[in-house]
Amino acid sequence: FQASRAASLLPQLLLRRRPASAGAFALLARPASSASGGLPPLTTEIHPGIKRGAFSQLTDADVSAFEAIVGGDHVIKDADEVLSYNIDWLRICRGQGQLVLRPKTTEEVSAIVRHCNKRRLAVVPQGGNTGLVGGSVPLFDEIVISTSRMNSLLSIDPVSGVLVAEAGCVLEQLDREAASQGLMMPLDLGAKGSCQIGGNLATNAGGLRLLRYGSLRGTTLGLEAVLPTGQVLDCLTTLRKDNTGYDIKQLLIGSEGTLGIITKAAILCPARPKSVQLAFLGLDSFQAVLDTYRLARRSLGEILSAFEFIDSESMRAVKQNLGLSCPLGEHSFYVLAETSGSNETHDREKLDGFIESVMSMDGCATDGTVAQDAGQFAHLWSLRERIVESLLVDGYEYKYDVSLPLADIYRLVEHMRTRLDGRVIRTAGYGHLGDGNLHLNFTTPKFDAKVLELIEPHVFDWVRDRRGSVSAEHGLGLKKSQYIRHSKADFAVRVMAEVKRLLDPNGIMNPYKSIWIIWPLM
Amino acid sequence: MAASKGLKILVGCKRVIDYAVKVRVKPDRSGVVTEGVKHSMNPFDEIAVEEAVRMKEKKLAGEAVAISVGPPQSQETLRTALAMGIDRAIHVEIPLAQLEKLQPIHVSKLLAKVCESEKPDLVILGKQAIDDDCNQTGQMLAALLDWPQATFASKIEPSQTIDVSVPAVVTSDLRLNEPRYATLPNIMKAKKKPLAKMSPDQLGVDLQPRQEVISVEDPPVRKAGAKVESVEDLVGKLREKGLVK
Repeated sequence: FQASRAASLLPQLLLRRRPASAGAFALLARPASSASGGLPPLTTEIHPGIKRGAFSQLTDADVSAFEAIVGGDHVIKDADEVLSYNIDWLRICRGQGQLVLRPKTTEEVSAIVRHCNKRRLAVVPQGGNTGLVGGSVPLFDEIVISTSRMNSLLSIDPVSGVLVAEAGCVLEQLDREAASQGLMMPLDLGAKGSCQIGGNLATNAGGLRLLRYGSLRGTTLGLEAVLPTGQVLDCLTTLRKDNTGYDIKQLLIGSEGTLGIITKAAILCPARPKSVQLAFLGLDSFQAVLDTYRLARRSLGEILSAFEFIDSESMRAVKQNLGLSCPLGEHSFYVLAETSGSNETHDREKLDGFIESVMSMDGCATDGTVAQDAGQFAHLWSLRERIVESLLVDGYEYKYDVSLPLADIYRLVEHMRTRLDGRVIRTAGYGHLGDGNLHLNFTTPKFDAKVLELIEPHVFDWVRDRRGSVSAEHGLGLKKSQYIRHSKADFAVRVMAEVKRLLDPNGIMNPYKSIWIIWPLM
Repeated sequence: MAASKGLKILVGCKRVIDYAVKVRVKPDRSGVVTEGVKHSMNPFDEIAVEEAVRMKEKKLAGEAVAISVGPPQSQETLRTALAMGIDRAIHVEIPLAQLEKLQPIHVSKLLAKVCESEKPDLVILGKQAIDDDCNQTGQMLAALLDWPQATFASKIEPSQTIDVSVPAVVTSDLRLNEPRYATLPNIMKAKKKPLAKMSPDQLGVDLQPRQEVISVEDPPVRKAGAKVESVEDLVGKLREKGLVK
């Protein structure tokens, strides 16, 4: 008796129901210079108003110094190879960096940054390069410092649940390691096959299960980083509670690589749930979506682990562009409600109770299904996780990620759809309803400056007027840096600038990103 | 062929460890870990259920009955079948103590007994279960009933020249169909569909094991291979390992 699946069965079954964790991102290779879509335009052409900062130019002496630090094999100068580090995952940015460095240790990172600071050379820290706001690629000739080789898992403590890893570890792999100890990573996002934990921290990534496990600000117990002066900041504690002084790591979390390069992290991992259930519902009004959410919180309460909504346009995109099939008929909205708990029987009972309540709810035609096995589970999640990928097939994607009061979430989509009628292929709205976070995307065959003008700053003004956030979880990066004051008071932004000046006196760490808008004022 | 009423179909469903789960061997090597592990309907049985439901929709079948031989939790598997469109279900409950020693020979005898009372025209089973990969129950059942069998079916339809005359046993292969999702209204309706319970004693079948599991082990870890740069290298390495003179 061999404890193994018949090898012939498994590949066929997997082909039939593609596991979402195969990673929409893992399947897409990094764009090569001969990519079918052609190269994106240079970012400097799209943003001609941004001028190169007063940084030095790279010289042969600098390259030799880097070769001495990381070894010749890990200094990339070849134009074709460097190109892929200059283009973001959405292919809306193309930088002109000439050099990529791939250090292995914190000491190497520290030596590199110290040199760059002394020479006033601008740098861009880069992890998985899956960011969606152009924050992880150069604009001009910044040097890319890739954390990809810093990919060791340092420790997992099955009792406390604390996982310590280097910044270049891929999220999905960390989750697999955690699984072997009965734990799970506290965050999950569509990019998990490619994104690295350092980047997740630098962007304070949210994801599908923030609703249940909270943000990285709560689950990160400690980190180690190299500051823009080259000094190593060691805040790598594994303690759950430590109120001794200011919590400096919180400055780095969400700083989008502008205050330093995170090199190690200690994450508190929750126990892996024994029972995960997924209900997929079809609804015909956004009010029904909100009512269903309220019902979910009441009936599923402590076991609810995700609540996502998808509009009909987004579902059309995954069906048309990726050929995925939806088991429900045509509806205006779809909802994914996931539960995670420790007892399958109890959780099924709670889910059955929720479903009975949903079906007897007034005012909406309810259609839906509950995933019966892992294959159906993965397939249903892929309908949500692969929306971004499906929109890319249209050509060029304009992405927006906002926080709004729940009642306003879909009003924005309808408003923009009307405004852009006839100018775009589609206006798609979907997102983390439970977090009040809307993902709003528009697509055109090619980049169209007139369309961009119609969208920005109008969409941000609309959000500001309802006291929402112009960037719920994606960060400011390059693309939204100029709109920071739409969601933050001016004085708050000035305080941020003081912190930046303190930690990065020469401004070399990922310039033109995040709070860059304030820089010229300093 | 049966009269305008349509065929009566009996579909077998087995509750197995979900195909996506990484199976672990128990430390005492007596079997695999099943406690707390996700279980679901054997994928080939899902295909069998789907086929029976489609035949009902095409009016080829009048009644579809699902049957499962297994522990109390097999009821959930039967509820899934009911939610997909099966009319009623039969659960032959096996006490946990006897479960691990249950073999296809026992299952096929139990199914044969049920066939005596239910008198189906067609029995559709999954071609094999993904936990033991035995691929025996369908064939054994046909032999016990002395019915024709059509195994690894990738298509089932009525034809002028009847290749297999009913009553018959058919086992389903992967390409036969793509099972549907159980939709909510049907999941709720399934709760009210009849589910009868029976015991092996009632059916007069002896569950004495014919085989004894000596030990269960993981497959050996695949050793890394080595790359060679040239033919000379390859020959050299083969010589080193004493594989060529």
